[in-house]
Amino acid sequence: MELNQIMFFLLAGLILIFSLLTITSRMILRAAIYLLIVLVATSGLYFMLNFEFIAAIQLTLYAGGIVVLIIFSILLTSHISHKFEQPAVANAFAGILTGILGCGVALWSIMKFPFTPTTQPPLEVNMKQIGMHLLNTGNYGYALPFEVISVLLLAAMIAAIVIAKKGN
Amino acid sequence: MIQGIPIQCFLIVSTIMFFIGICGFIIRHNLITILMSVELILNSVNINFLVFNKYLFPHQLQGHFFAMIVVAIAASEAAVAIALFINMYRKFNNIEVENINEMKY
Amino acid sequence: MIDYTYTVWIPLIPLFMFLILGLLGMKMKGSLAGIIGSSGLFITTVLSYITAYLYFFKTGEVDGTYQTITAFNTEWLNFTDTLRIHMGVMLDPISVMMLVVVSTVSLMIHIYSLGYMKGEKGFQRFYAFLSFFTFSMLGLVIATNIFQMYIGFELVGISSYILIGFYYEKPPAVAASKKAFIVTRFADLGFLIGILIISFYTKTFDFDKLISSDGSIFSGMNTASFMGVSAITWALLLIFMGCAGKSAMFPFHIWLPDAMEGPTPVSALIHAATMVVAGVYLVARMFIVFHFQVPGALIVVAYIGAFTSLIAAIVACTQFDIKRILAYSTLSQIGYMILALGVSGYGGEEGVGYMASMFHLFTHAMFKALLFLIAGSVIHAVHTNDLREMGNLRKYMPVTFITFVVALLAISGIPPFSGFWSKDEILAAALEHNKLIFYSSVFVAGLTAFYMSRLFFSVFFGKKPHYEHKPQESPLTMTIPLMFLAAVSIFAGFIPFSRFVTTDGKAFETTLNYMIAVPSVLIALIGIGIAYFLYFKESNVPDKISSSLGIFYKTALNKFYFDEMWLFVTKKIIFNLISNPIAWFDRHIVDGAMNGVAWVIEKSSYKIKGLQSGQLQQYAFVFISGSVILVLCFIYWLN
Repeated sequence: MELNQIMFFLLAGLILIFSLLTITSRMILRAAIYLLIVLVATSGLYFMLNFEFIAAIQLTLYAGGIVVLIIFSILLTSHISHKFEQPAVANAFAGILTGILGCGVALWSIMKFPFTPTTQPPLEVNMKQIGMHLLNTGNYGYALPFEVISVLLLAAMIAAIVIAKKGN
Repeated sequence: MIQGIPIQCFLIVSTIMFFIGICGFIIRHNLITILMSVELILNSVNINFLVFNKYLFPHQLQGHFFAMIVVAIAASEAAVAIALFINMYRKFNNIEVENINEMKY
Repeated sequence: MIDYTYTVWIPLIPLFMFLILGLLGMKMKGSLAGIIGSSGLFITTVLSYITAYLYFFKTGEVDGTYQTITAFNTEWLNFTDTLRIHMGVMLDPISVMMLVVVSTVSLMIHIYSLGYMKGEKGFQRFYAFLSFFTFSMLGLVIATNIFQMYIGFELVGISSYILIGFYYEKPPAVAASKKAFIVTRFADLGFLIGILIISFYTKTFDFDKLISSDGSIFSGMNTASFMGVSAITWALLLIFMGCAGKSAMFPFHIWLPDAMEGPTPVSALIHAATMVVAGVYLVARMFIVFHFQVPGALIVVAYIGAFTSLIAAIVACTQFDIKRILAYSTLSQIGYMILALGVSGYGGEEGVGYMASMFHLFTHAMFKALLFLIAGSVIHAVHTNDLREMGNLRKYMPVTFITFVVALLAISGIPPFSGFWSKDEILAAALEHNKLIFYSSVFVAGLTAFYMSRLFFSVFFGKKPHYEHKPQESPLTMTIPLMFLAAVSIFAGFIPFSRFVTTDGKAFETTLNYMIAVPSVLIALIGIGIAYFLYFKESNVPDKISSSLGIFYKTALNKFYFDEMWLFVTKKIIFNLISNPIAWFDRHIVDGAMNGVAWVIEKSSYKIKGLQSGQLQQYAFVFISGSVILVLCFIYWLN
């Protein structure tokens, strides 16, 4: 077994185990930490794919930003030592059933589908390429989505402030 | 293309993660855990985008940009959601999902 | 040539009065409302008199014939090329005469009601509907086409319904108004079908075309037949059914006595003088069609009129409610008019029955309205309707007493009062055409004199009951109409009616036939004499006579059980055999189907409602499992 295979299975195992723990843990702060581990392991997968830039985004934004935000809100709204009750049987049954059924269907179709890569020469992915494409208005340019997402972020920011403001 | 690891391996991991997220979404009562489940779902989708980019269309950067957009949306969604949770907490003194049933018949 | 367009205001003024009083009446004082209504009607009356004067004396006869003038005609409804309904004013001798009758009597009743209804709750409403009734009646009288007349029939029916039920707190009044409405409405159904049959064949509603034609437009109707009877006969009999309903002819007469539950002025106006003669008027209007197309129908008309007049006169002898006696008397007198039409011929001397019928309509309207107003005056004074609780009133109410004498002599047919002249013509016409009807009419004349004198002697002479309040003469507003109508009743007989109203519009001279006049006067005197003998002094002879008559008296007292027969037919036969099954079908099958649908939807809605729980996770579960199932389906179908 080669090293990258070992690496992949290690990361995949981490992701799956801690995903499961995230949704089953009865202590909410622990669940947040498990989520952090999942996100970090995912960024490890991105590194394996040689996507350093997106891996960095994953680490800074997801692991750094969102998880911190979540932990922050947990501290605001919950007692740390509080243990959740077990989920209702009907809910649990419904969730597990949907999960297994959907998972089975999706995996089955993944296994059946013949993935055929293009024959064109691959593009070298580096910061410069990404930057050029991101702000390009021509072919393979993503200036418009970039602007749209920036407006969306601004709107979300204002919305968050307005909603969370006291006394409305 | 990574030596020795077929695309299906990545896809299986992301699919399982996706459905774990859905399972969590349905099972949990606490809104913040539900939000975490949503993050799991988004993350698994992100993996898919990047894997497809790497394995199937390496001459483009589409997967990259979609992944970035998803991350941005996840961030803004988390911000708004948490603002809502705090608002709810003020109202109900907890953030159980059962309390949000204004859409009831 | 005189422009008669102004006649359109004759019915419209009462309509405006109705609108004003109906909409603003509650805002004004009762007496003001009464004065407004009366003055409006005064204008109408003056216009009617002017019209009559101009029509009979200025326009006059052209080639010895009174012309039919269409003073105004406008298209009201335009459905198709052949189905159009017009509204207009038609002037011919009988409509002009009716204008005079209706507006005169109506004006008198308006004035009378100022005193009689004083202080009643709903005074303004009373005047509003009196005006409405007058409008409807005038609209009926001047109808240019048979459909306008039908509309008038319905409108007078509804205003009669409203006015009978004026005291709507009293259950008998409500029941009587419903009875009147349903019975006349049922009869009007026949009228409507008759109209539709006629217009289907002749393609017209206009009286002009129906009457003045040579009968060729009815040719299609003579050949078409149903159950062995030609279409025109059916149509005319059905139209006569409408007349019988409105004029309370047998077998539809049952509503009129009950209608006396209404206020007395209403009884005088609607149920004595005007509305109930609408049927007579309609037969007179269609007389030419009756006479030339289906003489058989006229014979039916004559017999129904004679029969009604006979039984009504018999019943009237046994009743104790003074208004009911007058109601049966009205029935009897209208029967006279109808039988006179039935025995009439066409043209000149032959048409004496037609002329006599209209003459009697005129005189009867006057003296019967007078009688009702007197009855109202008496009731006003003694606060009861019951004959047995009255007596010896002549000292207390001199004006009422004297006017009653006039009315009594008029209705009994004693010369020279008006009733004598018109009744004499009717008897003459009957003698000429049908002996049986003649003898019955003479007998009815005697009965009439008897029961009216019985009423007269019982009220003004006889026993001296103890009155809680001393009866007083009525106020001037009530006695002036009495005196006016009494004067008309005295002198109306001298109007040479045969010069104005005839079948063909040509004047002719009538001569007094002593062979008829003398016996009829004699029999009337005999009737009065018997009544004098029985009722002038308080005695127990009448009771002895009635008990000796036994079953016959009881039958007459119970109005020959016609009400019970109708009840048997409707309740036992129609309700049980037709209405109940239909009601059952409606309730269980039709409603059941609808209720079943509603029930299923309601129940399933309750079941489905649970799906809208508001629980986020439930929605998510349904959404995701739904998508999974869809994906499964796609995979299954696409492979």
